[in-house]
Amino acid sequence: MTKNHSNSPSPQLPNAEDLLKVLAHKLEPLLQKNTALVGIHSGGVWLMQRLLTSLESTISKHGIEHGTLDVSFYRDDYAKRGLKAENRPSQIPFDVENKHIILIDDVFYTGRTTRAAMNELFDYGRPASISLVALVNRGGRELPIAPQIVAADIPLDASQHMQLTKLVDGTLVLELTQHNSARTQEHE
Amino acid sequence: MNNPQLDRDGNLKHLLSIEGLPKKILNQILDTAESFVGVAEREVKKVPLLRGKTVCNLFFENSTRTRTTFEIAAKRLSADVISLNVSTSSQSKGETILDTVDNLIAMHADMFVVRHAQSGAAHLIAKHVPPHIHVVNAGDGRHSHPTQGLLDVFTIRKYKPDLHNLRIAIVGDVLHSRVARSEIHALTTLGVPEVRVIAPKTLLPTQVEKLGVHVFHDMEEGLKDVDVIMMLRLQNERMSGAMLPSSQEYFKTYGLTQEKLKLAKPDAIVMHPGPMNRGVEIDSNVADGKQSVILPQVTYGIAIRMAVMAILAGGLPAQQQSSVGSPASPGGAA
Repeated sequence: MTKNHSNSPSPQLPNAEDLLKVLAHKLEPLLQKNTALVGIHSGGVWLMQRLLTSLESTISKHGIEHGTLDVSFYRDDYAKRGLKAENRPSQIPFDVENKHIILIDDVFYTGRTTRAAMNELFDYGRPASISLVALVNRGGRELPIAPQIVAADIPLDASQHMQLTKLVDGTLVLELTQHNSARTQEHE
Repeated sequence: MNNPQLDRDGNLKHLLSIEGLPKKILNQILDTAESFVGVAEREVKKVPLLRGKTVCNLFFENSTRTRTTFEIAAKRLSADVISLNVSTSSQSKGETILDTVDNLIAMHADMFVVRHAQSGAAHLIAKHVPPHIHVVNAGDGRHSHPTQGLLDVFTIRKYKPDLHNLRIAIVGDVLHSRVARSEIHALTTLGVPEVRVIAPKTLLPTQVEKLGVHVFHDMEEGLKDVDVIMMLRLQNERMSGAMLPSSQEYFKTYGLTQEKLKLAKPDAIVMHPGPMNRGVEIDSNVADGKQSVILPQVTYGIAIRMAVMAILAGGLPAQQQSSVGSPASPGGAA
C-alpha cells in the first residue's frame, strides 16, 4: 500500500453524476453513423454503460456499437511494475476497420493509457479516426495526446490522485487522494 | 519453508509445479489467461508485453506439441524465441545442464522453458539463475507439468464454471502421468468437491488416496454421473515390464467408448492431454464426438502459457522494487 495517503473530502470536487450529464450533452453531436464507443476499464466502462442508457435513442438511431478495452497488455510500465493482478478481457465485438472510434476514459492525466488503448485498437484493425472523451482532465499530460471532450478541467498537483468509483447503488463518485511521495502513479 | 516459485512478496517468480502455489496465484493465472483468449481471435494476434525479451525453450527431451505451444505463446507476447533441442546438441558433447544455461544467460536470455526427462531439472535451473531470470517447467520426468495441469483446469472452468459443484474423473495411467498429480492438486485447491481416479491397480501410485481422491478400478462405477472425464495417455514409452496384458485388453476395460460415456452426465465433457492413442485409451467416436473438448484444450494451452510468461516476465526483481515506489495501482484510475 502507498505510504501516508488519506482520503481527504474536498468540498470543491464536482459531482460526477452532474459531470456525466454535461458529458452526454457534449458527446451527442459526435454520434453519427459509423461511430463506435469504446470504454477503457474500469471507470471508462462504467461511464460508457451510463451513456448507452442516457443517449439510447441517438445510439439506436445510428446503430452505434460499443466495446471495452483493458490496456494491461499494452501499458508502458510493464517492465517496471509487471502485469496488473486484475485484468479483464478486452471485448471489441465489431469490426474496427474504418470506424470512427470514440474512446471513453474517466480521468485524463498523462496520456499513457490513451496511447496504450490506441495501440491495442490498431491490433483489431485500422479505424477511420479515434477521438477521446474524458469525464475530467486533471492536467499533467506527458504525451502529445489530449481529450476532444471533457466535462470538467480540474488541475491537480502531481501528489494528488483522482479516480472514479462506483458505489453499490451504481452512483458514480469522484475521489481525491493525497500521496506524500510525489508521482507514485506513473501511468494514469 | 522457502518456496522457490515465489519471491519474498509472494509473487510468482518461477513456475515449477502446481504444488505449492497458493489459490490466489492459481486464480491470477487462470484469470489472466481469460484475457489472452481473445487476443488470438483478433486481426493481430500479438501483444507487445515481452518485446525485447528473449525466451529460450530448453528441451532436453522431445515434445513437439509442448514446444510449439510455448513457442507460439512467447511469439504472441512479442518475445524473441529460441528453441534448443539440447538432446541433440551440446549435451551429447558432454556439457552440463548448468553450463548450457550459463551460456544462454551470457547471451542475455530472460526466460527458460525447460523440458527434461529427469524430475527436478527445472528446480535445479531455477535455483541456479540470477533473480531477473525466470524458469517455467514444461515437464520434468514423472514429476510435474504445471502448464498442462493449468490448461486442463482452465478448460474445465470454461465449460463448467461452477467448480464447487463438480464431479471429475481422471482415467488411466495415473502412475506415469506427470499431469495427474498436478491436476488433482489444482482441482482440490480450487474447491472441486469430488475428484475420482479410475485405473487398474498397476497404474496407480501407492497411497493415491492420500491426494484426496476417490479410487475406482471399474469404469462403469467410476464414470457414473461425472461432469468431466479426463483421459490420460497410456505412456507406452515410460512403461517398463508387463504392467498390462495388452493394449487391446486395456481398451476393453479402460478405453472410453460411447457406451461408457453414456454413464456420465449427458453434458459431461471429455478431455485428453494428447497425443492420443486412438483405440487404446479412447475411441475415435468419442475423441471426435460433440462432448470432446480436446482441441479447445490445445487452444487454451496457448492462453495459459501466455499468462504464465506475462506474469513472470513483468516487473523488477523484488530487491530492486523498493526504488520504484508503491506497486499499488488503483483500478479505477486510468
